[in-house]
Amino acid sequence: MPDTASPSPVAVAPVLITLQLNGEPTSVAVPPHWTLLELLRYGLGLTGTKQGCDKGDCGTCTVRIDGEPQLACLTLALEVRDRHVETVEGLGVGGEPHPLQEAFARVGAAQCGFCTPGMLMSASAYVDNLTLQDDPVVRREDIAAALAGNLCRCTGYTKILQAVEEVAQVVLDRQREIEESTAEEP
Amino acid sequence: MLRLPPFALHQPTTVAEAIAHLAAHAPDVRVISGGTDLLPNIKLAQTRIQHLVSVKFLEELHGVTRTATHLRIGAATALQDLADDEDVRETLPALAFAASRIGSPQIRKMGTLGGNISLDTRCRYINQTELWREALGGCLKSHGTECHVVPGGQGCVASLSADTVPPLIAYGAIAEMVSDKGIRRAPVQDLFQQDGTWHVRIAREELLLAVEIPLPEPTTRVVYRKWAVRQSIDFPLVSVAVRLDGADGVLTGGSIVVSALGPRPRVLPLNAMAGRKIDEELAQALGQLVYDRARPLPNIPYDAEYRRERMVIEVRRAVRVLAGLPERPLAQQA
Repeated sequence: MPDTASPSPVAVAPVLITLQLNGEPTSVAVPPHWTLLELLRYGLGLTGTKQGCDKGDCGTCTVRIDGEPQLACLTLALEVRDRHVETVEGLGVGGEPHPLQEAFARVGAAQCGFCTPGMLMSASAYVDNLTLQDDPVVRREDIAAALAGNLCRCTGYTKILQAVEEVAQVVLDRQREIEESTAEEP
Repeated sequence: MLRLPPFALHQPTTVAEAIAHLAAHAPDVRVISGGTDLLPNIKLAQTRIQHLVSVKFLEELHGVTRTATHLRIGAATALQDLADDEDVRETLPALAFAASRIGSPQIRKMGTLGGNISLDTRCRYINQTELWREALGGCLKSHGTECHVVPGGQGCVASLSADTVPPLIAYGAIAEMVSDKGIRRAPVQDLFQQDGTWHVRIAREELLLAVEIPLPEPTTRVVYRKWAVRQSIDFPLVSVAVRLDGADGVLTGGSIVVSALGPRPRVLPLNAMAGRKIDEELAQALGQLVYDRARPLPNIPYDAEYRRERMVIEVRRAVRVLAGLPERPLAQQA
């Protein structure tokens, strides 16, 4: 059935919603047809989340919603009512960069940098979910699978995989140290 | 930058409320679940509506439940949850695999089974900006009268691109819809029509609630194969589900479901082949069968004749997997 929508405009008054944005309770009025990406960038001035293809192909608008990487360009803002949204602005703590951000800078994982915020959000979800119990080994193919929704046209991905691999290794090493230190106790 | 035009978003918390919204605004309304297909289509003015009804807050549309005879999968179950569900992986491995190959990690967390079934058809002449389509003079699916895929064609042949549909049909899935007129149940196979402008016959008033799949007999096995250029993000360019029924290596029935052709999947029953051994010879025969009976069109990327040959290769590989043979015998010899 071809679309035969009537031209009469519908009422699209902004709706007041509350959400947890980078850990802060946030109340904001937003029109129903705004995406989360528009709310972040144009409503709240959080321009760290980038606007790329705007149709779900490139992944540069990736944010974490209730911890899971999702696409802000294809999420209606009203649908994140009462949920936890994390953007790249919330990645560092107390003005210090996140270990992933440090690793990206150290190994040269960013060239033009446009994909970097989305890469960081997908990578942070991957790193946060690492546990020794699930898998004690860091594998590049697992990292590549976790980042498979984020396109980069500059780096060829190698440095990005290396940066995430280094951080993942540190995370698992720390878990191993904690495990060994608690095991030694009488 | 692609912006959405204004629309009203209804966010019901009960199914009754949802179907009331759908009835009040049909046909100028769509159900939105993950939004990963619908929102790009609205942004590109391929879909024009004034009302969206969200299923995000409808609890009963989420999750997988098992009865004595069926697995019931709620329409708003996320594709990644479907791919990870132990019961689905165990009982319907081809469906879990198909779900795991859709889009990207983000899209699988957002997109849902109901959304994949309802995925709009795709075509190189429609998945473009409105300006691009206007410059071409439109097509049968977009404010025009000419088909650029089939010159002189009178019906839209845009491609069904949903990865879950071939395995759902192969497993004999039943879809359950509800509207203000009551509940309707139909085999997933019967939802699809040869009309790319409206290929999934779920009425605008109807809400897809769930899909029920009969628990397969141990003698029934299905393999889904998708070919696309990239391992992630891409829609299928070749899409086949092969179902073989039979014990002790002898075929008793089954079907091949070929998709990424036109708007409707091609379902080829294998009853006439009953009694044949499940072996390399059968792999070759079924490859020839799909070559003769299913023809990819120049509607999605990549050369149609190449995709036709590739379809044969994927069917052979599926049969080899089911026969316990190496998937690529030539590579093994090399």
